[in-house]
Amino acid sequence: MAPAHAASFDNAKVMNRFTLTQRLVAKLKREEAVVGGIGNTNFDLWSAGQRPQNFYMLGSMGLAIPIALGVAIAQPQRHIVALEGDGSLLMQLGCLTTIAALGPKNLTMVIMDNGLYQITGSQPTPAAGLADFVAIARGAGIAKSAWAADEEDFDRLIDTALAEGGPTFIAARIDDKPGVGATDRDPPQIRDRFMRGLGAKKAG
Amino acid sequence: MHGTDTKTTWHAIVQSTLKANDVKLVVYVPDKVFTPLIKTLHADPDFTTFAAAREEEAVGILCGAWMGGRRGAVLMQTSGFGTIPNVLASLAVPYQIPLIMFVSERGTLGEFNLGQAMVAKTMRPVLDSLGVETHTMTRLDETEFIVDRGIKQAVATQAPVCFILSPLLTGGKVFEG
Repeated sequence: MAPAHAASFDNAKVMNRFTLTQRLVAKLKREEAVVGGIGNTNFDLWSAGQRPQNFYMLGSMGLAIPIALGVAIAQPQRHIVALEGDGSLLMQLGCLTTIAALGPKNLTMVIMDNGLYQITGSQPTPAAGLADFVAIARGAGIAKSAWAADEEDFDRLIDTALAEGGPTFIAARIDDKPGVGATDRDPPQIRDRFMRGLGAKKAG
Repeated sequence: MHGTDTKTTWHAIVQSTLKANDVKLVVYVPDKVFTPLIKTLHADPDFTTFAAAREEEAVGILCGAWMGGRRGAVLMQTSGFGTIPNVLASLAVPYQIPLIMFVSERGTLGEFNLGQAMVAKTMRPVLDSLGVETHTMTRLDETEFIVDRGIKQAVATQAPVCFILSPLLTGGKVFEG
């Protein structure tokens, strides 16, 4: 469960998605896989440094977490991180109950919450200012769910998730800055690189 | 046609053919007709079998599992298929992932729910327009051949396949008053 000093939505610092993504990627020393959701989460993942263990999702809004769960089931020895936006998660909230039921220790979910459908013109989501994604995740049965109070707290939560296992749900409040760069939109190449990066397809 | 001898039921054949092809991860959204297959798979420790909250979620899980090196299949009913054209068109097809789908066919041969009958009419046109290999299964004696060859082709060509299980094979679901 969350420690007594855990941050809440109200006192969590508004951070920057690209900064947090860079801090996350810098911590990945064991060829952990990362699945970037549609739009800015995967643009920032791409821009934070391309790794063979990164998967960039170009459509199928809301499915970054289910895709990450599938990888986690296939490769129980590898840790998987799903990067997802708040609007995307709203499209597939039911997946949190599936994850709670299965309890994969090697899965971490990071939600970037700015309350906006940023890429379509920054319309507010139906959840903006009302729903608490950490409370939703906890209510779905994911006990290790927390708001990141600030960048240092985000680092600590990631360290704990990677070291102790989960499933872990980390939500971060972010600003409305656009994504940095854009992913090369070549689905077969993205998939092929990812499979080779995971050792699911041999070199050659 | 749909007797209880485990060696001659459609669900026993599907189970053994999945296993023979190393397809041992099954994610489903429940369906009455699939109940005997779901029970069989849950009882077989060689399989990892669980329910997802929604069909497109199940497709996402299976696409991730394939990329991680594990083969799987999704079970859904016709109305569930109606929720997945976007994930087929934006994930499984363009990323060239051999998604294996089993759909229990509602909406025909004695359907009693107009909603099912209408959504059923959208299924094959969607599959055809996406170029997805589709087999309608009606006969017990063809079940193993179709499932076996269909899976092998999907894997070899890195393309999704959809097996539509007709009421002619399964008995379907009938109006009970």
